[in-house]
Amino acid sequence: MRDVGIHILLLLLLPPLLPGVIGKTKAFFAGRVGPPLLQPYYDILKLMRKGSVFSVTTTWVFCAGPVVGLATALLAGLLVPFGGHRAPLSFPGDMILFAYLFALGRFFTAAAALDTGSAFEGMGAARELTFACLAEPALLFGMLVLAKLSDSLSLTGMLAGGYPLELGVTAPALVLVAASLFLVLLAENSRIPFDDPNTHLELTMIHEVMVLDHSGPAFGLIEYGATMKLMVTGAVWLRVAMPNAAADSWLGWILFLAGLLGLAVVIGVVESVMARFRMVVVPTFLVAACLLSAFGMVLLVR
Amino acid sequence: MTSILQWAVARNGTPLARSDIPLLDGETFRDSIVDAVADDGKVAALFGHRTEGDASVDLYAVLACRDAAVLRVARTRVNGTGFPSLTPRCTQVHLFEREIAEGFDLIPEGHPWLKPVRFLRTGSSAPLIGVTNYYRVEGEEVHEVAVGPVHAGVIEPGHFRFQCHGEQVFHLEISLGYQHRGVERAIVSGLPLRAIHYMETLAGDTTIGHATAYCQALEGLCGCAVPARAQILRGIALELERLANHTGDLGALAGDVGFLPTASYCGRLRGDFLNMTAILCGNRFGRGLIRPGGVGYDLDAKSVSDLRDRLALALRDVGNAVQLLWNSPSVMSRFSETGRVSLETCRQLGMVGPAARASGMEADVRQDFPSGIFRFAQIPVSTGAEGDVFERAHIRWMEIQRSGEFILEQLKMLAEGSIRVDPASVAGDSLVVSLVEAWRGAVCHVGLTDSAGRWSAYKVVDPSFFNWTGLAMALRNQQISDFPLCNKSFNLSYCGHDL
Repeated sequence: MRDVGIHILLLLLLPPLLPGVIGKTKAFFAGRVGPPLLQPYYDILKLMRKGSVFSVTTTWVFCAGPVVGLATALLAGLLVPFGGHRAPLSFPGDMILFAYLFALGRFFTAAAALDTGSAFEGMGAARELTFACLAEPALLFGMLVLAKLSDSLSLTGMLAGGYPLELGVTAPALVLVAASLFLVLLAENSRIPFDDPNTHLELTMIHEVMVLDHSGPAFGLIEYGATMKLMVTGAVWLRVAMPNAAADSWLGWILFLAGLLGLAVVIGVVESVMARFRMVVVPTFLVAACLLSAFGMVLLVR
Repeated sequence: MTSILQWAVARNGTPLARSDIPLLDGETFRDSIVDAVADDGKVAALFGHRTEGDASVDLYAVLACRDAAVLRVARTRVNGTGFPSLTPRCTQVHLFEREIAEGFDLIPEGHPWLKPVRFLRTGSSAPLIGVTNYYRVEGEEVHEVAVGPVHAGVIEPGHFRFQCHGEQVFHLEISLGYQHRGVERAIVSGLPLRAIHYMETLAGDTTIGHATAYCQALEGLCGCAVPARAQILRGIALELERLANHTGDLGALAGDVGFLPTASYCGRLRGDFLNMTAILCGNRFGRGLIRPGGVGYDLDAKSVSDLRDRLALALRDVGNAVQLLWNSPSVMSRFSETGRVSLETCRQLGMVGPAARASGMEADVRQDFPSGIFRFAQIPVSTGAEGDVFERAHIRWMEIQRSGEFILEQLKMLAEGSIRVDPASVAGDSLVVSLVEAWRGAVCHVGLTDSAGRWSAYKVVDPSFFNWTGLAMALRNQQISDFPLCNKSFNLSYCGHDL
């Protein structure tokens, strides 16, 4: 019960800290002081207090986008075990639900973007869905590998338990899956090199351009949902990267927190040392992510 | 080929009596322009002038013939409501003819794309800016993306229409005019003392370039010799402006591909160069420095050494920041082969500045038509070959190095003496052409005086005037997501174009 409480508390409160850490890391590389660590919290609170503007051409779909986006991220967060602890919700096959919760959120974000009728948002929606077509198989392949390793179809079984690491078979498979999921993590959360969350150039954006017309609390929900998605996908990746890190104790929570912050720093470093991909090569890298996971599978079943 | 010999020959900043400018018939006028352009010449300016109370309009053309290192000037008279368009034979003049059509209600017959340039409010017609017919590609799968005039960033207004097939751009049309303030008109009809201030704010980032071109024109007409020390200070200011803008551009290019380190360092270093201009005159953009007859502020020995130290330091830092760009494969893969402009297109459109040099055109006013300090100190011209974003970025880096060396050299041997002479009276009934290689390319000012020595026409051609079309061509068959990068690699001025 205590772990469930901590899980929910972390899921609700921690997410905006991660972009704060990424921002600080990037500021360090740029030789700047950078915005405060808690700036994303201030931003979200500020947006929540603002009024909204709704275009007269939009329908209920436009409002549903942010709400569904946050709800799906929240629900997905309840399915994923944090650290070595069991997830609050868990049943066999919840990995499929997990993958399609993201798809549902994406569907509504894209539908809300198309609802505005703006050329930019249509372009952004097309890009997001094209790339998602390739990111989803990579995620599912990775899940399959984990399912095979753990003989379980629930995320808790796959991620909370830890695996016997054999140098010849399971370890390389896990490394491949970790590499694949890291690419998926960057792509899903619109980070460099796939997307640039800081750009103001409407023609180059992928995710950001879909939410151009949202304002005030709706936009706050989107931002909050995006940070939560980052945390949830980060939590999955952490368990793949360090599957046997201490389970079921305070140490597990501490390692989980440290791991997440470390991951944020790593993302910040990646964003600081490389440029964005040209948009036409993004699919190539996502296909590479699929292949990495697929090779992991091959290693296990041969 | 012989008809070009009928044209009057002018030098950069040296006046020409109006009576010496030959009046050609339309046919000869157009033929000789076509010939000169075919011979690697360039139409530096083409503008109309209507004498008060006259029904006819005189069209003046200034050709920059690089091989002979001379400027050629001639005019023709247009009676009636139109004249045969030259654009189908010589693409360089397409915007000039649209300008003339807009300003004088003359129709260039046969112009392939006749529409307003700046949406002038003349007499009865008050067109809404940007409301016009745009080129359209029809078809089920083609879609149109309209960007601007209000943009997501804090930049000037301009409207862009893309005809796209998925992510691929078939055609881009750029429609400007939102920044039109009537600078040319104000120079002619306004108070003479205000003119220099108009020039300094014509395109804020080219303050030194435009102010120098204006002063050069005025000094030519007055026949006054600018002191050597003032010439050197003007040269230093011009190169500092180049350093600041090129550095800022490299940083902005890095920012557009999301490459953080160079973006942030160059952003700061641009400020350092601007501060060096402030050492010269107290203003970061060089306002108040260039004045008719010389410069407004002198540089004492302490400031000279201060400037030298700061410059050496800033140049070293820029070198480090820019090396990061060339050494990052992820950046290079974005830069190379993006937004290519062929040398052929450059010639056709009469493109200028780093954008033209990146495609291999060896054109630089400082070498071809030198004036001021550049008659004595040569700056090697940097050229590229590919004409893509990488070359346009790399040209900037090469020019940063050359300009840095030039300034350090000049600071070593700053001539003594006065910094300003009083311009005498302005010669009447004359024409003067003044060219300056500003950081964005050649700035061309043409002034025409009446018998009393007042301006009767003043034509400003900013480098952006030619290069905007180059940007549109660079986007053909590119990814629409690469537009901001291409745009930044040109970094053109909206207000310089709109005047």
